[in-house]
Amino acid sequence: MNFLDYTLEELHEKLVNKEVTAVDLVEASYKRIEETDESIGAFLGLNKEEALKTARETDERGIDPSNILSGLPIGIKDNIMTKDVTTTAASKMLEDFVPVYDATVIEKLKEVGMITIGKLNMDEFAMGGSTENSAFKLTRNPWDLNKVPGGSSGGSAAAVAAGQVPVSLGSDTGGSVREPAAFTGLVGVKPTYGRVSRYGLIAFGSSLDQIGPFTRTVKDNALVLNAISGHDSRDSTSYQGETPDFTEGIDNGVKGLRIGVPKEYYNEDAKEDGVIKAVREALDLYEKLGAEIVEVSLPHSKYGIPAYYIIASSEASSNLQRFDGIRYGYRSENVESLEDIYVKSRSEGFGLEVKRRIMLGTFSLSSGFYDAHFKKAAQARTLIRNDFDKVFKEVDVLVAPTTTTTAFEIGGKIDDPLAMYMSDILTVPVNLAGVPSLSVPCGFSNDMPVGMQIISKHFDEQMMYRVAYAFEKETDHLSRKPSLKGGE
Amino acid sequence: MNLETVIGLEVHVELKTESKMFSPSPAHFGAEPNTNTNVIDWGHPGVLPVVNKQAIEFGMKAALALNCKIATHTKFDRKNYFYPDNPKAYQISQFDQPIGYDGWIEIEVNGETKKIRIERVHLEEDAGKNMHGEDGASYVDLNRQGTPLIEIVSEADMRSPEEAHAYLETIKQLIQFTKVSDVKMQEGSMRCDANISLRPFGQEEFGTKAEIKNLNSFSYVKKGLEYEINRQEKVLNAGGELQQETRRYDETTGGTLLMRTKEGSSDYRYFPEPDIPNLEISEEWISEARESLPEMPKERQARYVKEYGLPAYDAVVLTATVEMSDFFQETVEHGADPKQASNWLMGEVSAYVNSEQIELLDTALTPKALAEMINLIADGTISSKIAKKVFKELVTKGSDDVKVFVEEKGLVQLSDPSKLIPIISETLDKNEQSIEDYKNGKDRALGFLVGQIMKQTKGQANPGMVNKLLKEELDKR
Repeated sequence: MNFLDYTLEELHEKLVNKEVTAVDLVEASYKRIEETDESIGAFLGLNKEEALKTARETDERGIDPSNILSGLPIGIKDNIMTKDVTTTAASKMLEDFVPVYDATVIEKLKEVGMITIGKLNMDEFAMGGSTENSAFKLTRNPWDLNKVPGGSSGGSAAAVAAGQVPVSLGSDTGGSVREPAAFTGLVGVKPTYGRVSRYGLIAFGSSLDQIGPFTRTVKDNALVLNAISGHDSRDSTSYQGETPDFTEGIDNGVKGLRIGVPKEYYNEDAKEDGVIKAVREALDLYEKLGAEIVEVSLPHSKYGIPAYYIIASSEASSNLQRFDGIRYGYRSENVESLEDIYVKSRSEGFGLEVKRRIMLGTFSLSSGFYDAHFKKAAQARTLIRNDFDKVFKEVDVLVAPTTTTTAFEIGGKIDDPLAMYMSDILTVPVNLAGVPSLSVPCGFSNDMPVGMQIISKHFDEQMMYRVAYAFEKETDHLSRKPSLKGGE
Repeated sequence: MNLETVIGLEVHVELKTESKMFSPSPAHFGAEPNTNTNVIDWGHPGVLPVVNKQAIEFGMKAALALNCKIATHTKFDRKNYFYPDNPKAYQISQFDQPIGYDGWIEIEVNGETKKIRIERVHLEEDAGKNMHGEDGASYVDLNRQGTPLIEIVSEADMRSPEEAHAYLETIKQLIQFTKVSDVKMQEGSMRCDANISLRPFGQEEFGTKAEIKNLNSFSYVKKGLEYEINRQEKVLNAGGELQQETRRYDETTGGTLLMRTKEGSSDYRYFPEPDIPNLEISEEWISEARESLPEMPKERQARYVKEYGLPAYDAVVLTATVEMSDFFQETVEHGADPKQASNWLMGEVSAYVNSEQIELLDTALTPKALAEMINLIADGTISSKIAKKVFKELVTKGSDDVKVFVEEKGLVQLSDPSKLIPIISETLDKNEQSIEDYKNGKDRALGFLVGQIMKQTKGQANPGMVNKLLKEELDKR
């Protein structure tokens, strides 16, 4: 049983036809993890006993033919609260933290009968683009073990790409689902802000964070997003409107659609021209399929990186204050005063990148600097959002590369924070605007997968899936499987 | 130098909502530590605040009672600081868009009425409590964490500790009438910080201010301010310069102590709370809140005078607290004569409450019982003298039916001639001498005979009736 050979619908069919059981799938997942995770390093923790128990119960109850996700294994990013299962956000600060409640998305997955296999590695508190900022381990890219899987949801991406689980959840604050999806040849989605409840997601940038699925195919992704979406009375920022079936109209094709090509996203001088080449080929295909390709402009995108790093870091500096060594989490051993508890616990418990962002955020909110930093960034954000609103009056979707390069070498950018921040340049404006975006594999450059980003209007994920599906159907990128070997 | 005192007050009032400001935990006092809490109050990772609509309504009502305008567009902000009783390390508050603004109240000092402006009324959540155990360890109780608060910020319009005191009394009275809070300083549901500065008379500009904290009672507010006036006066009159500082009232000395200077003050890094969408308050919602406001003290006073014919003095005393005013109202609704009800409440009831140092509502007396007693006096069933005895019972033990109570206890006044005449005749038979004295014009004899009859009836005889019947019987002899 290799998850890389099947879609979720196919696995479901096998369950319904009793060709396999839920226990078989869960066992296959753990077997694959056992075989591959020493070199991949996707998982931080496994909950085997509980997963097998749930699988047995599922088999005893029988698979509901109308419930496609029932009995299927899933991996969860380690910043999503799972009751009784250690949740660390890949931080020493929460090394032994066992949540007392389930995040809303976990409750929803349990409702549809999905089985959590374990918790996935990430950049500490979701801060990073390579998963190298994990306090615990390195995660490698299944396409080339010398390369990063992207981040911050690198474990979630690597686990699906390596066939350890058919699907996983990540979170995306500035590209943390889409970039690793692009780097590992997967479909990754950042839903519209408010589409998925954030209750139980360890907050990073509260006004930007969204949970989204990693899958191998577009339709699989829509099926999982169906399961985790919806209004949650515990999250005031969650959307109160209807949740449509995201697979509805997925096969309607692109004929007659207007596809916007934001010129700012196609920097022809980019370091790796194979990326833009792959995306341009995709645009040609769309045109052949009957879509109209329209060049558009998102002129304020250039403010995306500074605005994002100020807003996300400011919110993070406040969100991460609760990790103070008082009630739970890491507390320094040698403390003599209350101030010691705060200063030493946080100095020892947080990693370098987290501390860098806390300082950046704290500074941006400080009296005397607020207007020039946080307020300015908030204004830039409004301009960026207006850009999107404006172009969506002209086009149905926007298509652009997800990243400027394919996956980079492990250690390649870790000592250059600014270079690392700049790699988010194509993903952060989407979070600032709150619109949904999907990254779909669109080819290869230097034998590494290239991701193409499809952005649609607020709460119009159906359009994004439809356009991605039309492309996936006409191409063959899925047939190529990762080597799980190191490059020479 | 002749210096003018300038005072502004910041008053925190805890709202009496069912649940907390941003979590579904109960917002009640007196539970075992940390039992009225949940993951949100603990500040666990991943939790989110959800605004309690009742808290918004209560906040609006309080702001309206203080004649504030209500913001139709408002939001919440985070105030960041580390402290063990503050589990998120930020307090959700309102920074630049308070729910209420531009209000005012009228205070009365030495018979003069003065308007004090209110700058703003904003909503926020309370912190927990740090407790230091006898074992040397420190503990945190988060029961209070997240309780809704309003902060009422006055303009610097007060010019003496007496005015500050009157301002607090009035705030307490007005909020109490809206019933959104218990407003009890001793229980911490009302708290006060004071800003005070001095300046030469005639100067527009404010002097350097000190903020005084830990003013936990009305008398501390007065004492703390008086001390502070003295302290600042001494410095200024000696040609010294004051520094802006935060001071703490010390209950043991009645003075204030330096906590920190301006340089040591924290930067709270306020920014908009991203977990809570902006709050739009519709005109309809504001009207609803306004209409749901109960009758306020001034309106009640006017009505008591007009409708019940009470003296203005009575009306003011009866509306000093909402408990008293409601009690009076209900007593009248149970059929008591308003003036009689007023007399009892201002007299015996107040005396009892004051001597026992308890709250009116903590006595066994009910408006129904008081009304029944007043009516029994009016219809002659009991005498005023007996009534004092009955009142004692009602206020300490209570009664569901005062009429049945006085009958069972044999306290009913004897007014029936057919029962009184035999007793009178018997007394006259035993006191031939007195009859003679009476006939000879000695009025004292009548008093003696009445006394004998009262003794005979254990004080239950209706004195008026006895007098009347006795004269008739004497005339017959």
